[in-house]
Formats: sequence, C-alpha cells, structure tokens
Amino acid sequence: MNRMYKTFCALLLALLPVVAMAQIDGEFVKPRNGKFLLKNATVVTVTKGTLANTSVLLENGKISKVGTNLSSDGAEVIDCTGLFIYPGIIDGGTRLGLVEVSSVPETVDYADVGNVTPNMQALTTVNPNSEAIGVTRVSGVTTVLTVPSGGLFPGTAALINLNGYTPDQMYGGFKAVAMIFPSSGRRGRFDRRSDEDVKKDGEKALKEANDIWDNAKSYLELKKSGATLAYFPEMEQLSKVISGELPLLIEVNAASDIQQAIKWVEGKNIKVIFTGVAEGWRVADEIAKAKIPVVTGPVQELPTRSSDRYDAPYANAGLLAKAGVKVALRTDDEENVRNLPFHAAFAAAYGLGKEEALKAVTINPAEIFGVADQYGSVEAGKRANLIVSTGDPFETRSQIMHVFIDGYRIPMSNRHIRLYQEFLERSPGLKAN
Amino acid sequence: MKKHIYLIAAFLGLGVGISQAQVQKGSVLIKNATVLTVTKGNLESSDVLVQNGIIIQLGKNLTAPAGVNTIDASGKYLMPGIIDAHSHVGLDVVNEASAPITSEIRMKDVVNPTDMGIYRALAGGVTVSHAMHGSANVVGGQNATLKHRWGSMDPADIIMQDAPRTIKFALGENPTRVHGRGNGIQPRSRMGVEAVIRNGFNEAIQYKKAWETYQLAKNQKGNTTPPPAYSERLQTLADILDGKIIIHCHSYRADEIYMLINVIKDFNIKKVVFQHTNEGFKVAPEIAEYTMGASVFADWWAYKMEVYYSTAFNAAILQKNGALTSINSDSAELIRHLYHEAAKTQRYGGLTDEEALAMITINPAKQLGIEDKVGSIEVGKQADLVIFEGHPLSSYAVPQMTFVDGVKYFDIKKDNNDQRQWVAATEMVEPIFLRANEEAHRCMQDVDAYFEAFQGAFLKEKH
Repeated sequence: MNRMYKTFCALLLALLPVVAMAQIDGEFVKPRNGKFLLKNATVVTVTKGTLANTSVLLENGKISKVGTNLSSDGAEVIDCTGLFIYPGIIDGGTRLGLVEVSSVPETVDYADVGNVTPNMQALTTVNPNSEAIGVTRVSGVTTVLTVPSGGLFPGTAALINLNGYTPDQMYGGFKAVAMIFPSSGRRGRFDRRSDEDVKKDGEKALKEANDIWDNAKSYLELKKSGATLAYFPEMEQLSKVISGELPLLIEVNAASDIQQAIKWVEGKNIKVIFTGVAEGWRVADEIAKAKIPVVTGPVQELPTRSSDRYDAPYANAGLLAKAGVKVALRTDDEENVRNLPFHAAFAAAYGLGKEEALKAVTINPAEIFGVADQYGSVEAGKRANLIVSTGDPFETRSQIMHVFIDGYRIPMSNRHIRLYQEFLERSPGLKAN
Repeated sequence: MKKHIYLIAAFLGLGVGISQAQVQKGSVLIKNATVLTVTKGNLESSDVLVQNGIIIQLGKNLTAPAGVNTIDASGKYLMPGIIDAHSHVGLDVVNEASAPITSEIRMKDVVNPTDMGIYRALAGGVTVSHAMHGSANVVGGQNATLKHRWGSMDPADIIMQDAPRTIKFALGENPTRVHGRGNGIQPRSRMGVEAVIRNGFNEAIQYKKAWETYQLAKNQKGNTTPPPAYSERLQTLADILDGKIIIHCHSYRADEIYMLINVIKDFNIKKVVFQHTNEGFKVAPEIAEYTMGASVFADWWAYKMEVYYSTAFNAAILQKNGALTSINSDSAELIRHLYHEAAKTQRYGGLTDEEALAMITINPAKQLGIEDKVGSIEVGKQADLVIFEGHPLSSYAVPQMTFVDGVKYFDIKKDNNDQRQWVAATEMVEPIFLRANEEAHRCMQDVDAYFEAFQGAFLKEKH
C-alpha cells in the first residue's frame, strides 16, 4: 500500500506541471465552459448510493446524465478510471470573498457600523478575484454561504459558487438574514467583563432584539395595510423574515442561549437556521424537538468550557445528528475554507460517521438552504458542481484532480500552487550567478 | 573561586536531582502494534518494552517482566510522542513587551502545570512542547521546553530540565507595531529590527570584553578595578554568541529571514531555527545551508499582511531543498491535531509518510536540541509514545493513549468529563468562552495594556 502510494506521489509530482496546465509564456488558463464526459469513475452520488464504473455527462452547466455506456457525442472526454466523483462540497458558513487580509481593515468588509443593519448585503461585497477563492475551490469546496457579522442583525448572507467574474454570476440562489443572538457567554480570553455585566448585557440585548422585532412587525402590518411608510431599509429587510420570504440565520452557541433562542423563535412562524451551536450537544434533544436545522462548526475548535471533554467540539455534530437534528458543517473561516473536508473528517471520526459527515457538507446544507434541487448530490438535472479525486476527499493524502463549477472546468491552479512551481527548484539556487 | 563553582554546581545538581526525583517514570509493554519508529522504518505487529521511562527493547514476542503492565495494541499504530516546537500552552503569561530586547526574561518562571491546554495536547498525542515567549520583542525571553507530565502541581516537574536553553527572537510586523508604532522607539521598520539585533550583539561583545578585562585585572596584585555592572540581559546575548542558546526566530517574510541569516553569519552564530517562516520557501537553499531549519504552519496564511504571499506547499519546498523542517501549532487548538497538520504536507507537496511524521517528531526534537532523548522510537530513548486508532496521517485517526516517560497520562477510555487539576476561585461559576479560538492565539497576548490607542483592534492581529 505504502509503496503504491509512494509511486503514485512520485507520478503526481512528475505530472504536476502538466496537470497545472502546460503553460506557454503569457498564456493564462481560464475556467472553461463546455460539454464534458467524465468517464468510468466511481460516482459517490450521496443520494443514490455509490456507482462503480459510471460516467457523468455535463452540458449547459448541468449534470445531464449519470450512467454507464454514455456516448461522448461531441463532449470532451476526461478519463476518470480509478478516480472518484463527488458532488461539490458546500460550506454552510464562511466570510469567503468578504475579507482579503484579516488584519488590514481596508480589506475587511464583513462588518459595518451599527447594531441593526440587516439590509447590508454580503453578496455586494463578494470579491470574485479574492485569492482565497482560487485557493479554496481546488480543495473541492465549490459553494459557500458567505455571512456578515458584527452587531445584532449584521446583514444578509448569500450562497455563492466559487467561479464567476461578478457577484451575480457567483450567486447560488439563497439568501438569509443573519442574527447574532444575545449571548450570556464570553467572547474569549480578552472579554474581561464581570459575570454580572455579562448577564446584564445579555438581557439588555435580548430586550433590544424584541423591541426591534416588534417594530419590524408593525412595519410589515402597516405596509400590508397600504400605509405610506418612510424609508426604513432595516425594517424592510427584517419584514421579509417575518413574512417568510427570507430565513433567519441565528448565530447561537452557549447552551442557555440556545434554549433562550428556541423559546424566542417559538410562535414566530419564521424560517430559522441555527448557526455555530458550539454547545449544541448539551441541549441536542431540545433542538431536535424544535425541528430547527443547524449549521455547526468549526469542528477543529477548542471546547467552550475548561471542564468539557477535550473532544466536545469534534463530537458535537455527531451528538446533534444522533438526537435527530439536521446538521450541516461550516468552517466559519475566510482564507482556510479549504479545510472544510478535514473538519468533516474529524466530525466523522468522533461520532458522526463517514456517510453522515459527507451529507453534512453536501446534501444537508443544500436542503437546509432550500436548494437541494440544484446542489448537494450527483444527479441528472442538478447544477454541474462536482469534483474528481484520487480517493476520499476528506483524506489529506487524496488529491483533487478536477473541479467543475456550474459546468465550468476550473483550472487546478492558484497562487499557492504557482509559488510551489516557481520555488521548488529555485534558479539561481544557493550561490549568486 | 573554582571551589565555589564546584560547590554551586553540586548544589544545583542536588536541586535538579530533587526535582527530577519527583518525576514519575513508568514501565510498560506495548504489544502487537504497527510501530512507526520514524528513524528506523516501520515494524509490523511488534512490541515495545519500556522500563523506568526508557525504551529498552523493540521486537516480537517480548514478555513483560514481573510487575510490568502489558497493553495490547493489535491493529493500532504506535508512534513517538509528538513534539511541538512552537507553543504557548502551560504558560501564565506570554509577552514582556516592555523593551525591544528582554533576553533576561525566562518562561520557566511562568509555567503553569495545571493549564488545561496540556491535557488537551496530550489527548492529541503531544508529549513535548516548546513554551515560547511571545513575538512582541525583537529579542524576547528564554523559552521553556516542557514535558507534558499532567497532574503535577509543581512547575519544575513539567519542565524538561535536560533540554538546552532556547530564546525567542521576532522580526517584522509584531515588534515594529509594538515598539515603533506603539511606543515610538526603534524598531519601526525591518531596518530597525536588524539594527536592534546588531546593536544588541555588539553591546554584548563589549560587555563580555569588560568582564574578561576585569577577570584579568582582578588577578593582578593590588588591583582596585571594580567589576562591571552585571546585566542578565547582556549576559544572555553573550551566551547566544558563545553558542550556548538556540535562537528560535519568529519570522514571515523572505527578506527578514535573509537579513537574520546575514546577521548570524557576521556574528558566527550557528544555532538558529526560524519559526513560522511563511516565506521560507523563497530562501529555502539559504535556510538549508546556514541554519537549523524552519518550524512552520501547515497552511495558515492571509491573517495579516506579512503572510499574504504564503503557500501551503512551504513545508514541502523547504524539505525538498534539504532544510530541516517541522510543523508547529502556536495554538492551543492546533496543538491538538499536529498529526493532521503534518499530514497536510501530503496534500500539498506529496511528502512520504516518513517525511511527514518526522516533521512532528525527530525534526522538532533536533531543532530543540533534544534529539538524543526523544523524537523517535529507539532503544535508549525516553518512552514518550502515542497509540493511534488508524494511521496517524489519516484524517480519521484518533489518538488512544499517550505516554510520557512510560507513564500513561491520556487514555481515551478513561477520559473523564472534567479533567481540571485545579479550579480558580474566580471560576467557581465556570466561564463559557465562545469563539474559544481567540483564546488559542497567544503570540501577542499580554500586550494590550500597552496599546489602548489601538482600541482593541490591535488584538485581532494574531501570531
């Protein structure tokens, strides 16, 4: 096994420059649209089992056929013998495209001034040319929810595909208003408020949330009754949540906050998704009973309490799923969204299981976001978002060979890979010319 | 005078002896494991016999001497304890950010053996960590190498007493922000960073010379020359020049790495390890030729300007250029899965299993100067061992048991809910740390008090 693997690695290394496109000076390889036949792969459909020696035909941006003996019929044939096809991996919560360099405020666009700014649109600020997008998509993550953060209602999140030249070309057909639920927890080591202040701040914030909510309700009622209203963009956006047009993403992590949030949602008759849910395992049954789907993560994270088992964050997704909660995973990251498959592996190893972990980054987020007709599995009729890998994409030793997004064949290159190609054998080397 | 030195040495030896006497050493026979020795290949279904904290025999069908426990590791993997060459776990404070050079500071003075981070690291198979000063100063404090003997209340018990001295240096954004932009003193630029280091070493040379002159004069009859003022700060820099201390230098950009290489060449210093070294790949041949290599992140980038032009292939490029390379955590979170971080060198650069595992075992051991004691499974070495379910480089690997000196400090089957050794009075109502990851990044901890002008935004910049 080991020797086989070594030979494979050597082969891969030898091929890397070729794989990463035999570039001619001045030539740039762009994502390419077309008709592609991915031939003779093992297809892990996620929803319809795993199919051996199966081919997948991509045309017009869609998966048009999945089967054996498919005719190429003018399609570009890519031999996938010995390779695996998976649906594009979906990250249920990131800041991808909203920030370039975290410590440089001029490049940070995920948070604005104000506590109630649900009208702020993440999609507007997505930078299609962010280096992080190129770095992320070759890992097999093809689609992410990109989420604003900051105040109580920081803005509106958007699902994006990691290919395209404008935010609209990238838009994946799902938006939701983000809410950071008032918290009774500390924000970290540097949060030095007294216990009393933490509690007081939490109560104050919850009261504010309720006041705002009541205002938005009044706004909607007045609007429905045909009243002429002044310009309130925040209320306009929140009223879409109340009317059911947009779901509410509630970021909530501490167990008592989760319970509070479940109570807060009760009777509101709105579409709700919980995000974060770090201490979800403590109240998993209550979340399941409330039938609220969850986007949890990062999985590779420290426990929230000193007394917690060291593996509480690894095990959280598994415990939630076991209680009957629909679970998707997220990295909550910007530049290292590429690690989502590894977060999924950790969740799998600590209780979620491989099959459920795969669902948690494919079909589950698609269902939670209401776009399962387009995303999350390899099925005819769905968007042509899929990846071809040498093995389980959650394993670091597997290589992702091809990525397709909306039917575009993505060049398997980015700045990280180009730097590797330039500097692996530097010329001149040690000595000066 | 000489007599005095012997006497002092004897007392010191006694002190060390006492503190080591309290360190528990175990005996155990681990059977039928796939033994990943790291330095001598893999041994299929083999046994490892440990007595009094030392590996004494490797082979098949070994039998346990009377009174020695046997652990059946059939179907499991056994590897050397993981070594993290860059950590802040087990420290109460991290930065003494009051001057650009604080070489007199010792992290041994702030070791906290009850830090939960130590147990969590053990649960990830990490047995040795390099508890470093932060990166606020150009020359920071002297680091402590820790052995994760969880359960002791005595800091001396978890300090690896026989590890060589190491010291933290830091280049680039952090020291220029803290001292130049924060306090209006040098360094404000990477030029200033070089100047601070050269000034420091030259002052140390003068200091050494003053003491040498005094020692000579003192032996003259009728001498009345008073001794020069003692400076722990300059003495430590002099010790670096004398090769008694290994420099571990926080660095990111290729230009600053190259600068320090030129400085050490000028001062004839050999013992330098670069830490983080995100752009090390650009000067890999120089790092390979003139230093003890680089200790890097597997894939961290873009969290600040000086790591924007990074590549996850850094470790692979360094390795293939012959630089001694290790993968570190600098994080209470990452330290929990360094085996997985090392595995990323297979995704990014196709390194072999042996190369990847060496990056978290024997390579960091060499960079800390402890490779004769730990870092591989060999007869005669200290029995720091980890049993894994699944190959440690698999994303699904789960550490099962971790041993330090043959004593089992982590066992997944006996892992209780609350592993705290000690609960502070202020934590009787246990705080919940949301986004606990913020807590994980401590390289710039303890510098906030100096920079109220930055209004906390400063603290977002980590590492």
